[in-house]
Amino acid sequence: MSGTKGSKGWNRQQMADRIAQEFQDGWIVNLGVGLPTLCSNTDIGDREVIYHSENGVIGYGPIAAPGTEDLNLVNAGGQNVTLKPGAAVVHHADSFAIIRSGRIDATVMGAYEVACNGDFANWKIAGAKGGGIGGAMDLAACAKRVFIILEHTTRDGKPRLVRQCALPVTARGVVTLAATNFGLFEPTGEAFRVRDLAPGVTLEEVRAATGCPVLA
Amino acid sequence: MSQRNKVVASFAEAVRDIPDGATIGFGGFAMPGTPFNLIKALAEQGARNLTLVANTTGGAQQPRMPDIAMLVENGQVRKVICAFTAATRASDVLPFTKYYEAGEVEAELVPQGTLAERMRAAGAGIPAFYTPTAVGTELAEGRETRVINGREYLLEYALPLDYAFVRARRADTFGNLRFWRSQRNFNPVMAMAARVTIAEVDEEILPAGAMDPDDVHTPGIFVHRIVKVPPAPDGIWPQKRQERNR
Repeated sequence: MSGTKGSKGWNRQQMADRIAQEFQDGWIVNLGVGLPTLCSNTDIGDREVIYHSENGVIGYGPIAAPGTEDLNLVNAGGQNVTLKPGAAVVHHADSFAIIRSGRIDATVMGAYEVACNGDFANWKIAGAKGGGIGGAMDLAACAKRVFIILEHTTRDGKPRLVRQCALPVTARGVVTLAATNFGLFEPTGEAFRVRDLAPGVTLEEVRAATGCPVLA
Repeated sequence: MSQRNKVVASFAEAVRDIPDGATIGFGGFAMPGTPFNLIKALAEQGARNLTLVANTTGGAQQPRMPDIAMLVENGQVRKVICAFTAATRASDVLPFTKYYEAGEVEAELVPQGTLAERMRAAGAGIPAFYTPTAVGTELAEGRETRVINGREYLLEYALPLDYAFVRARRADTFGNLRFWRSQRNFNPVMAMAARVTIAEVDEEILPAGAMDPDDVHTPGIFVHRIVKVPPAPDGIWPQKRQERNR
């Protein structure tokens, strides 16, 4: 797994690792497509986490080895996965009943922007007609904790951690923690509080690359 | 229990009566549970002005399989109701996007859990429900919300279907269905929401009584026509997805 070339601080896997370190034993966790999937590679010791996928697969395991795939068994990203002992499969309405009733301990998602008031945006690109919501709005509104993984800035250097989202939001006031290549940040309402800095990253650098106040 | 036989000989026969203007729901999430053979038969049947309900418009993954976007390309679709109507990364372009941006087809974007529950409600005789999903977002603008026990909820209406296309692993002649792994996904709620449900089935269709009643995932009450999927190349089966480089 290679890091993001040229960007400072944690690479993609290290961002996911830092979020996965928050997972507690027995949690039901939903991993979004893309970057969040990397959380399943993290060694979290003796802690056992049950992975829930929107399509009703509860307790999926690693990606199936080549040649052993069951083409009727996929995770939310459409990858052929395996099942862990104790797994269960339900239909979509039951899968989202589990989400909506607050039984997901943590959801991990990518995003374009996270605001210090806990809003985030991840379903609509600026200027696009239509969008891709998938299960993100259900998960964001209803999971006990919402963890976001994203690059600290856009490709042209604009902050992704901001005072107010410019893009249409996925949910309001729900983000628990955001991991970026620069570190781990907690939205506090008026600012982001630093929980961890990636090696070699200074508070001054974070402040210069963030669109709202950053508390040490 | 009635021994009425719901087995239909071909996909063409199973979709023959679908009229212009029908609302049709499709099971399937990625490859598993997608009724590829019925989608292909509908493309050949040619009904137009359709409203289609599914998780996605399709075409985001390779190999390309029969999908909603193909019916759009075929000029058969007035409107889609989906949880994805555009790609979420700027570098991806869905086959659907061209038609949507040109205004040739309408789309209603619905959060995935809300979409499933709207069908479940339709199948359960519930006209509407309140959900916390999408409160405070663009989707809720101008719509009815209500505070219940201190939390704000959005009113969502049931979504009844004229037809549902589903895919199951096993069926008996009465239409009882059993799915395999994540093949289940939207299929049970699509089936219960529809006036007429057509199932394509992987295995040889069993005589009524051969399935254990406790192993039935969707009861035959919700299923009206069943067609056995023939072996490839006559029948269309899930393929291994080709991974993209990112």
